[in-house]
Amino acid sequence: MCGNEALAEAAIIAGCDAYFGYPITPQNEITAYMSKRMPEEDRVFVQSESELAAINMVFGASATGKRTMTTSSSPGISLMQEGISYLAGAELPAVIVNVMRGGPGLGNIAPSQGDYFQATRGGGHGDYRTIVLGPSTVQELVDCMPLAFDLADQYQIPVVVLADGILGQMMEPIVLDKKPRRELPPKDWALTGAKDREQNIVRSLWLPEGALEEHNYKLQAKYEQIQKDEVLCEQYALDDAEIVVVAYGVAARIVRSAVNQARKEGIKAGWIRPITLWPFPTEQIAKAADELSIFLVVEMSMGQMVEDVKLAVAGKTPVLFYGRPGGGVPTVSQVLERIKQLTIPPKKQ
Amino acid sequence: MKTIFERTPTLKDCPTHYCPGCGHGIAHRLIAETIDELGIRGRTIGIAPVGCAVLAYNYLDVDMVEVAHGRAPAVATGMKRANPDKIIFSYQGDGDLAAIGTGEIIHAAHRGEQITVIFINNAVFGMTGGQMAPTTVLGQVTATTQQGREAANEGYPLQVSELLELLPGAIYVERCALSGPAQIRKAKKAVKHAFQLQLDAAQGLSLVELLSPCPTYWRMTPVKAMEWIEKEMTKAFPLGRLKG
Ligand SMILES: Cc1ncc(C[n+]2csc(CCOP(=O)(O)OP(=O)(O)O)c2C)c(N)n1
Repeated sequence: MCGNEALAEAAIIAGCDAYFGYPITPQNEITAYMSKRMPEEDRVFVQSESELAAINMVFGASATGKRTMTTSSSPGISLMQEGISYLAGAELPAVIVNVMRGGPGLGNIAPSQGDYFQATRGGGHGDYRTIVLGPSTVQELVDCMPLAFDLADQYQIPVVVLADGILGQMMEPIVLDKKPRRELPPKDWALTGAKDREQNIVRSLWLPEGALEEHNYKLQAKYEQIQKDEVLCEQYALDDAEIVVVAYGVAARIVRSAVNQARKEGIKAGWIRPITLWPFPTEQIAKAADELSIFLVVEMSMGQMVEDVKLAVAGKTPVLFYGRPGGGVPTVSQVLERIKQLTIPPKKQ
Repeated sequence: MKTIFERTPTLKDCPTHYCPGCGHGIAHRLIAETIDELGIRGRTIGIAPVGCAVLAYNYLDVDMVEVAHGRAPAVATGMKRANPDKIIFSYQGDGDLAAIGTGEIIHAAHRGEQITVIFINNAVFGMTGGQMAPTTVLGQVTATTQQGREAANEGYPLQVSELLELLPGAIYVERCALSGPAQIRKAKKAVKHAFQLQLDAAQGLSLVELLSPCPTYWRMTPVKAMEWIEKEMTKAFPLGRLKG
């Protein structure tokens, strides 16, 4: 099973009732897998006519209280931005997987991390946030799916899983288990037909003066709660680190090897790997910055997450960047070389 | 005293935001009556468009969602597929359905989604100030065809019902007019039939196009607007049951 199929199966185990998607490389295995497996489970699969339609089908299924998701890759995710903004405005849960490829434009079908801005800043219009998860192994990708559905339902928010072409195509041994779920609030807002109750309305339009401002404050309070409670990140060897390398997703695997090698060579290096890209592990990074370590951010882009690292570091210590765009994948030796350039060479004994 | 006419319960008792002589209010009533007569309020979910009818849920007392401009048929697809036992209808204007949402309606019909679409053709974009719609008739003056619509520049009025009629997935297509009591009675029958088909789990999409007055942006009195539908609009949009 490749990463794409594994995440699809994990979504089914997580209780995804309805899947809608439009084919695009490098995530076609998901659509194909779902077309076979969802009907087997007596659940919904529709190949939509576009990503615009797919995200709106998700919107419809979600409004009726169902667990639903769509998957795509970068150009398709661009088309979904309108729908994601409406999901955020109407406070509807949904899971959106982006198996990123190179851009801008049609770009290429090679792995990339060029959609970090789009995912974490909200590529659609308006004052909103989505939760963004950035797994770095196939196992983590699989574990992300039930978490994504739970977070979506708990906070009534769209959750983006930001993977890339490597993760999607990669085969790794995985365990598909049914972890205990979160306690979730009832979906009493869902449209199920107003049988023996007042009508439910799912909307994102707030016309009366002050109503939208009020709605935005409500959303903001939710976002603050998420920032307080849901940050996930992994840290390694920060105690004595003179250099902290920050990376997420597949890039973090390369960084891990480079840091381990640096340690072997006597360089005091550590790493921080954000797992939630929003909410961002600002505090964890700020803490490391207090120790006055130098930061190196490594991405498969020309530098997007680096801006969040800089915000967290807040000028206390230098933040440097190394990345390759358009399908270029930094190698362990390239990262190691940067680490060496930035650290004082350890004295020979 | 004997009550001979009353508001149907699914139509809320509240002031309207529609302009005098607007057809949306009539169309809402036909839908509300249908829902009550078929006894399906408890299993019906409506979809409000972007357009003057965006607040349809303020008038129709059923579960409703408001969606992005033109996307209602995709949203309806998600709803119906995930809830085959529910009655799903979308309510869309001619900007919503025939301009920005052309792709969604064609493909929902093409897939034969078991949904009901009420399509309000008022030959203009009402909400944004009376601009040309794809359905604006030749010669019609709008905010963006100030000399009147010309085929050479803006194309011919788009006949959505005739397009959909060609698709096997569309099982019922009828065009009616909200231009007077007799026509409105016919429209009611059509609306009810479109819902009934869904209730009977008929295999495909049903759509009723309603030619609807917009006195404000046609720059006419409500009475003149009703006449204009019958005299002018029906030339480009002939009334009748096209299919099913
Ligand atoms: C994506 C997007 N584009 C444009 C608009 C602006 N807009 C709102 S309603 C509308 C046209 C509505 O016309 P119609 O569907 O004919 O409905 P009516 O108002 O006439 O009932 C437009 C262009 C919008 N809300 N969203």
